[in-house]
Amino acid sequence: MEAAFAAAIGVLCACGIYLLLCARVLPVILGITLFSYAINLFLLGMGRLATGKPPVIAAGAQYADPVPQALVLTAIVIGFAMTAFTVVLALRSLALTGSDHVDDQADRRGHAKPDGGETRGA
Amino acid sequence: MALGWLVVLPFVAAALLALTTAHARALSTWIAFAAALFGLGLLLSERVGMATYGVMQWRHAWVPEIGLALSLRLDGLSFMFALLVLAIGLLVFIYARYYLAGSDTLPRLYLLLLLFMGAMLGVVLSNNLLLLVIFWELTSLVSFLLIGFWPARPDARRGARMALTITGAGGLALLAAVLLLGHVCGSFELDDVLAQTARIQHDPLFPAILLLTLFAAFTKSAQFPFQFWLPHAMSAPTPVSAYLHSATMVKAGIFLLARLYPVFEGTDWWAYSATLAGLVTLVGGASMALFQRDIKGLLAYSTISHLGLIVLLFGLDTQLSTVAALFHTVNHAVFKASLFMAAGIIDHETGTRDLGRLRGLAKYMPHTAVLAGVASLAMAGVPLLNGFLSKEMFFGETLAQGMFGPLNWAVPVIAIVAAALSVAYSLRFVWGVFFDGPAPRDLPHYPPHEPPRFMKLPVEILVVLCLLIGLFPQYTIGRLLESAAWFTLGGKVPAYSLSLWHGINTPLIMSVVSFAAGALLFFLRRDAFRHHRSLLSDMNASEGFDRLVQRLEKGAAVVVRVFETRSLPDYLSWMIAAMIVVPGTAFVALGAWGGDFVRLPIDPLTLCGLVLMALLAVGVVLVRAHTLYALVMLSTCGLLVTLAFARFSAPDLALTQVSVELVTVLLLVLAIYFLPNFQPDIEPIPTRVRNGALALAGGALFGSVAYQVMTRPPAEGIAPYFLAHALPGSGGHNVVNVILVDFRGFDTMVEVSVLVVAGLAVKALLRGLRLKAPDTGPGGLPWSSQSHPLLLAILARLMLPLTALVAVFVFLRGHNLPGGGFIASLILSIALLLQYVASGVLWAESRIRINYRALAGLGILVAATTGLGSLAFGQPFLTSAFGHLHLPLIGEIELSTAMLFDLGVLGAVVGTTLTIVSHLGVRDKDMQSVEKS
Amino acid sequence: MNHALLLPILIPLFAAGAIVALPLRAKRVQRALNTLATLALLPVACMLAARAAQGGIASYALGAWPAPFGIVLQLDRLGALMLALTAVLACCCLLGTSSADARRGRYFRALFQFELMGLNGAFLAGDMFNLFVFFELLLIASYALLLHGGGARRVRNGLHYLVMNLVGSSFFLIALGVLYGITGTLNMADMGERLAHLNAGSLPLAQFAGATLMLVFGLKAAVFPMSFWLPQAYRSAIGPVAALFAIMTKVGLYAMLRCDALVFGGGSPGGVLDTFMHDWVWWLAIATIAFGALGALAVSSLKTTTGYLVLVSVGLLIAAVTQQTPLAWSALLYYLISTTLCTGALFLLADTLEPESAAVTHVAHVARGDASANAAEPGSLEALDDAAAAAISPGPDGERLAPMAMPRARTAAQATLAPVAVAVAEDPAPQPVQRERAPWPSNAAALLYLATAVGAAGLPPLSGFLGKAMVLAATPAHAAAVLWPAVLISSLLLIVALSRTGTRLLWAEPAARAAAFAPAYAPKGSTAKLAACALLLACVVAATLGAGPLRQYLDATAAQLFDRAAYARAILPAQDTAPAAAAPAAPPSTQTNGS
Repeated sequence: MEAAFAAAIGVLCACGIYLLLCARVLPVILGITLFSYAINLFLLGMGRLATGKPPVIAAGAQYADPVPQALVLTAIVIGFAMTAFTVVLALRSLALTGSDHVDDQADRRGHAKPDGGETRGA
Repeated sequence: MALGWLVVLPFVAAALLALTTAHARALSTWIAFAAALFGLGLLLSERVGMATYGVMQWRHAWVPEIGLALSLRLDGLSFMFALLVLAIGLLVFIYARYYLAGSDTLPRLYLLLLLFMGAMLGVVLSNNLLLLVIFWELTSLVSFLLIGFWPARPDARRGARMALTITGAGGLALLAAVLLLGHVCGSFELDDVLAQTARIQHDPLFPAILLLTLFAAFTKSAQFPFQFWLPHAMSAPTPVSAYLHSATMVKAGIFLLARLYPVFEGTDWWAYSATLAGLVTLVGGASMALFQRDIKGLLAYSTISHLGLIVLLFGLDTQLSTVAALFHTVNHAVFKASLFMAAGIIDHETGTRDLGRLRGLAKYMPHTAVLAGVASLAMAGVPLLNGFLSKEMFFGETLAQGMFGPLNWAVPVIAIVAAALSVAYSLRFVWGVFFDGPAPRDLPHYPPHEPPRFMKLPVEILVVLCLLIGLFPQYTIGRLLESAAWFTLGGKVPAYSLSLWHGINTPLIMSVVSFAAGALLFFLRRDAFRHHRSLLSDMNASEGFDRLVQRLEKGAAVVVRVFETRSLPDYLSWMIAAMIVVPGTAFVALGAWGGDFVRLPIDPLTLCGLVLMALLAVGVVLVRAHTLYALVMLSTCGLLVTLAFARFSAPDLALTQVSVELVTVLLLVLAIYFLPNFQPDIEPIPTRVRNGALALAGGALFGSVAYQVMTRPPAEGIAPYFLAHALPGSGGHNVVNVILVDFRGFDTMVEVSVLVVAGLAVKALLRGLRLKAPDTGPGGLPWSSQSHPLLLAILARLMLPLTALVAVFVFLRGHNLPGGGFIASLILSIALLLQYVASGVLWAESRIRINYRALAGLGILVAATTGLGSLAFGQPFLTSAFGHLHLPLIGEIELSTAMLFDLGVLGAVVGTTLTIVSHLGVRDKDMQSVEKS
Repeated sequence: MNHALLLPILIPLFAAGAIVALPLRAKRVQRALNTLATLALLPVACMLAARAAQGGIASYALGAWPAPFGIVLQLDRLGALMLALTAVLACCCLLGTSSADARRGRYFRALFQFELMGLNGAFLAGDMFNLFVFFELLLIASYALLLHGGGARRVRNGLHYLVMNLVGSSFFLIALGVLYGITGTLNMADMGERLAHLNAGSLPLAQFAGATLMLVFGLKAAVFPMSFWLPQAYRSAIGPVAALFAIMTKVGLYAMLRCDALVFGGGSPGGVLDTFMHDWVWWLAIATIAFGALGALAVSSLKTTTGYLVLVSVGLLIAAVTQQTPLAWSALLYYLISTTLCTGALFLLADTLEPESAAVTHVAHVARGDASANAAEPGSLEALDDAAAAAISPGPDGERLAPMAMPRARTAAQATLAPVAVAVAEDPAPQPVQRERAPWPSNAAALLYLATAVGAAGLPPLSGFLGKAMVLAATPAHAAAVLWPAVLISSLLLIVALSRTGTRLLWAEPAARAAAFAPAYAPKGSTAKLAACALLLACVVAATLGAGPLRQYLDATAAQLFDRAAYARAILPAQDTAPAAAAPAAPPSTQTNGS
């Protein structure tokens, strides 16, 4: 089971990274979300996998490691805050630049002729 | 202590000047005079008390950890230079008073000159090499400011920057040299360094030390190939040129050579590099001087040439040559300063410095003519004047040296050529300015007349000195020179006689020849001028320097652009690549594949779920162009993650994940409403390949890392403690929740703050945001005319109380069973959000009157205050306490401070969530109003 | 149990919470809260520093849960130093923030307080995950502050900065997870203890986690391949924010020092990360220096130049980190103080010397290919995207095209187009321009620029020089062969760049304006900014004169950092951190049952 779990994490990571590297805002947001899924599963796995042992105190029961779960919970909430912020920022840039590209097209032009960056002293 | 005062005094005076207003000219003048006079008196009084070979030291710790100390030293050598600095400084102050008469900038000039005086005194007096470096760079900085004294002039700005760049580079080289010396000797104190000369010379680092030091000295003293900054420094006011760029600052390099002479003497490195640089500079400077139109330019190049002469004398490396070098340093300072002042007078009275326009001034300013004449004769090395004596010694040394084997004869010949050139340009200066026909009527100020009495005074004093030294060297300068030489040579002073007449000898003949040749050259100068263009282009490297700097800037821009592409994907791929490659190398060192921890048996259902999750993730990548499908797939993937949490015994996570999921999806739906429905990729193929490679590598690495860790037996960690203490310690069965609100409640508090900040940031971003709503939905279908379906609205309103009840329930049981503040708050938020979605913002805002931002703030305050409560019981922050309580329906619950804390969390989370999403919803408020109208 | 350790976190927390909870119209109260809270940090930090200077390591167990289990705050010399530095910088930023600045966006003061809370928390955290959470707090606050003022350029650079750091945080979590997975603890000191006795089989995993962690901190500190976002991001922030950000890169650096020494046993035999440090980080640091110096040479606006200055200093600092010797670390800490203060001051100055309005419009000319404006503004990297911003950004940016911009650009053009003649000059005697009263920038601004530039470029006599000399002197011979040339050459390039910028801003343009009788602009609140800058400079001077005592404190700091046993003693109550032994010991909180 560990192997399958790890493999799933790997796939989610890969997809997340690929989307992150896209040049439009929405794929980037999707990528962030996927990547954070992967990270959360990863963290959970760091407490070793266990089934049917929820860390809720009951008589004579066995428990999974509660610490990673607490960490993941915090991570989820923080991730939510960050995602929300990113989405709104993306909309803001859409409104300002009129394009949904993560980079400025003017920069692409500037990149085309780098000698635009030459300087002369006073 | 007196030494300390000597150095500090000018700085104090400068500080005083800085306090005076720009218009208090008289006051500032007196302060400057007083400082210089007092300093001079102090120096002399100290010196009188000392024996010829005596040394006086003063030391005060500064940063002992790096061997930097305020340690000063007054001996023969430093006395000679300090005397130059102070005496000529005083004269320059007097002169400047009249040169800048009637200008508000005089106090600024005095301020900077005083700063320079202090820095220069520091250079010549410091006994700690690091301290010397500090003062050395200070002189460069002040000279930068003084050259740029008239910032409105482009040539001044250019010259200032050039000088700073060159001399600054020298300073950095000196720093390196000094650090190396300290590394070799284990101390920066001059005494220690001079005591270990043998050790230094045999150290493998010696060549580096020597070359760096020479580089520093050459840049400061304008030696070839760094000479070009000095002529450009002439755009400074003339007093500055007289003081810094002829008499003192350019002599700092000479001083450095003299100071460290014992360390370097007798090595070929030293002899050859100094000699060659000196020779080239000597001749090149002299020939350039001959062809200048600007009299200050002429003097500048002659300064370069004379400095070359001095460096050459050091390079010849016989004790006597060193004495000659010191002697000529003094002489040159004296006559060159007077010449610059004379040039300044001419400039001041006629309004031009152009040799092409100046003529026949002798008739109008005879007194000045005499002074300038005598001074330039001294520069030409005519007998009875000081220049002659040192030049005789120089000739003698060129004959005495034996460095170039068969080519030895070349050195005296070159010396003669240079001397002839100097005779020629001296003649040209005097003849061209004061005679050569009547003065032209088109001078800016016509007719020219003598300057005020006291403007000539400094020149007179210096010229008289030229004469006195020339006539009675032994009485005037003998002792000074002897003690200076004694300390330079480390006591090995050779026998030499300072006198006007040594009988008929080769040096005398050489000078006679040089006079004849010089006179000849002067009369043939018209022909010589024809060739001078080519010479100029050879010698004047300044344009080359500017071009170099500009090319550097261009190149830098190109290089920077290669990396700094202003493109997020590029930046991200750099980072991710680093994150994969660097830790990856450490990871692959792990040979074994997986640990020996007992694996979990595979059950098909979970496996299917995981596979489906992976497939959905891939699906998101595949359909990313269609925003809606991508979103659907993503959220389904999220649901499977939730199931995974539930499956692997993390019910709290499952609940949190699903509720967060709902809110996020809501947010994204609102977002993609404004985004294009179809987004084809814009990356070129190579970029996609790069991204794909990075993605695969990353996935493989992190997946296998996860596997490696999960298959290892867990360490005996902190988890059992939590399981053991959740119930007795905090009265909660649900350990995860107890960790969140109690064991690690502090994390939660900060995390809630993160959430609140996000809310604030979003609100700040949304202000004034106007987005054009697309007129058609996905697939080009028109939007439903019914913006808020009635059924949904009614359902939502019915559900609100129910959901609220659920939220309360979840909240209360959170401490014992899966649930808690987060989940409850998210459920509540969703219920509220539903109202916004279903019935529209206008409706919702008219009903729900909560200031969400204030709610969030209060939430934080409540949580934090709960934490503070425990302080009252002498317990640390966030210590929890709990008691039991019976509630109907819900049953036995613990009521704990942790729960109050959780309540704060709930408030903050609800507040923030609604701040974010409801305000994003506000965007369509306008549309509604549009629809209504 | 000393509650003072809480103050640096709780003061901003309560201030921020109150500011948020207050109604928006209560402006005066909010401002007062902000001011008081920020000023209060100064005495607190001094008090804590005084305590730490006695050599002890204070720890505070939150919730009364014993050390490896609950969250602890720890205060040692290093933490106290950083707290004090932050407090000083924060006060100066506060002074430099005109109410006009604050009004350019919303919630500036609340965000400012949250930022401070995050910074202080990061310096006090003794628990890995707690460190992460505080990092998140200071990051999200910094995103918001960076965007303060709006406009296209800010939003785009903000997006880059945000996404970079989001991904960075994810990697932080990966490293953290692995560390927990192999040690089973989160407390730094405890983790260090356990890593020291890690079975060899898991060592590569520890190295993987450590390397990832260091790279994440490297991202915050802007190490070479992850540093490209910094100049633009800092440039688009308003002056006070950029000045506060001068400490942000240092947070990453602090985390590097802390984790390397306390968790991974750097410097001690068998340090987990030694090879990684020498093989990788060292070269990345050198590359950072080179890149920063080239960048400073390539651009012309003061703010961007300062951004690259930050890079150069970071490179030097990290190069010293990799030495992992007390000598090098003490030297780097001294340089850290100096460079933080100087760059902060420069950012504040930049706002007064080249206000945004000027920058944006003046480049709008470049956008229109106006030849003279091109000559006036040294084309420069940022010209293009400024032009873009000026061109595409509607509404709020529109009004930034201030009226004074037209003459400014024109006269600047005249300045640079004026013939560059050699010393055969018109009359050098008193210049007509000089006769008039000095146009803005005033002499004070010029003086401050000179001093801060000298300090930032590492020229004598200010602390920057001492710091560089210390670091160079602390470099062992084999490393010196690479580091010394890098540092000296980069310093030279910085001199060129700063003197060029200075002559343009303070000599050429004012003179040209005066010549063209164009109005001399003095941006609002510039006096306050200058005062703040002067304060920072005063601190620099103090650090220079007091270099001896300061260096002694720093030597002690570095020595303390490498003494891991001391931390274990101070933070972990009993040596037997095994839960089996700890379990029976009932935590104190039960004593307050039923209260």
